[in-house]
Amino acid sequence: MEFHPGLHLARRNFLAHAGLAALGAGASTLVVARASAAAIQPGDIGVIQTALALEHEGIAAYQIAGKSGLLSPKTLKLALVFLGHHQMHRDSLAKLVADAGGKPVEPRTDAQYTADLQLGALRTESDVVALATRLERGAASAYIGQIAALSEPRIAQLFAGICADEAAHWTTLNNAAGTPIPTAAYLFGR
Amino acid sequence: MVSLQARQAWIVVSACLLGVAFGMGSASAVDPATEGRDLYQNQCGGCHSVETNRIGPRHKGVVGRRIASVPDYDYSPALKRLSGTWTPARLDLWLSGTQKMAPGSRMYLALDDAAQRQLIIAYLKSVSAPDGSK
Repeated sequence: MEFHPGLHLARRNFLAHAGLAALGAGASTLVVARASAAAIQPGDIGVIQTALALEHEGIAAYQIAGKSGLLSPKTLKLALVFLGHHQMHRDSLAKLVADAGGKPVEPRTDAQYTADLQLGALRTESDVVALATRLERGAASAYIGQIAALSEPRIAQLFAGICADEAAHWTTLNNAAGTPIPTAAYLFGR
Repeated sequence: MVSLQARQAWIVVSACLLGVAFGMGSASAVDPATEGRDLYQNQCGGCHSVETNRIGPRHKGVVGRRIASVPDYDYSPALKRLSGTWTPARLDLWLSGTQKMAPGSRMYLALDDAAQRQLIIAYLKSVSAPDGSK
């Protein structure tokens, strides 16, 4: 990733704001508790792990982009909110796996995510927004596919909640980019 | 009052215009691979990219590639158990229900719409061309 002279200031702001995300983590506890209360079928663990990998990637994308110095203060503020959501999703999913006796999948390194997502090619705020828009739409679609594979309705409910968050992120980013909303229904698949 | 002849003439003109419109539509029809690219980005882009491994393996060259053979990607045991190569027919089977074809794999997708599957496969073929141009 190309780092700009404003990186240090951006990083300081980013780290200062990151605490806000942690504050919201408690809000997800109730949702996880409800899902945990039900027995988790072995087949569902695999679905949750794939979703967790998706959240790790989203967190890394927002963290790396947030530290890049490419984002204006307004966009950075929004990115931090979305980052917080993804961190809460991660925590919910990891808790489900752990409660079921599994080992939650670990995130890859920032270097790996930078290579995987070709973050080094990002040069402008528009580039970052375009990437985030693609990732959020893809994530919402992925969750729809995963919901259909779940056997436990409580976990499906949690996934639907996460999917709705991703859809809200996509809508916000898509509007920010000035891209018209698709006219055909089922924006994220069916 | 519009005469019968005038109404008939209007119908003929309208039919001609419709014909022109449909003709233009077919001449400027969207290439399946191009249409498939948009679907791919929406349906697959959460986990996959063409050029790089992410949550799923990269798709460049996937058509004709031996299943579970990208060297630097850690496949699930379920995928490793499959033999053969990714043909359009096997990709169609895969996209119609990943857990039916490879129970226990890490991908969860069942795309019921056959036309959408074909468009995605058209795009995957385009990124599997020898020159890898698309």
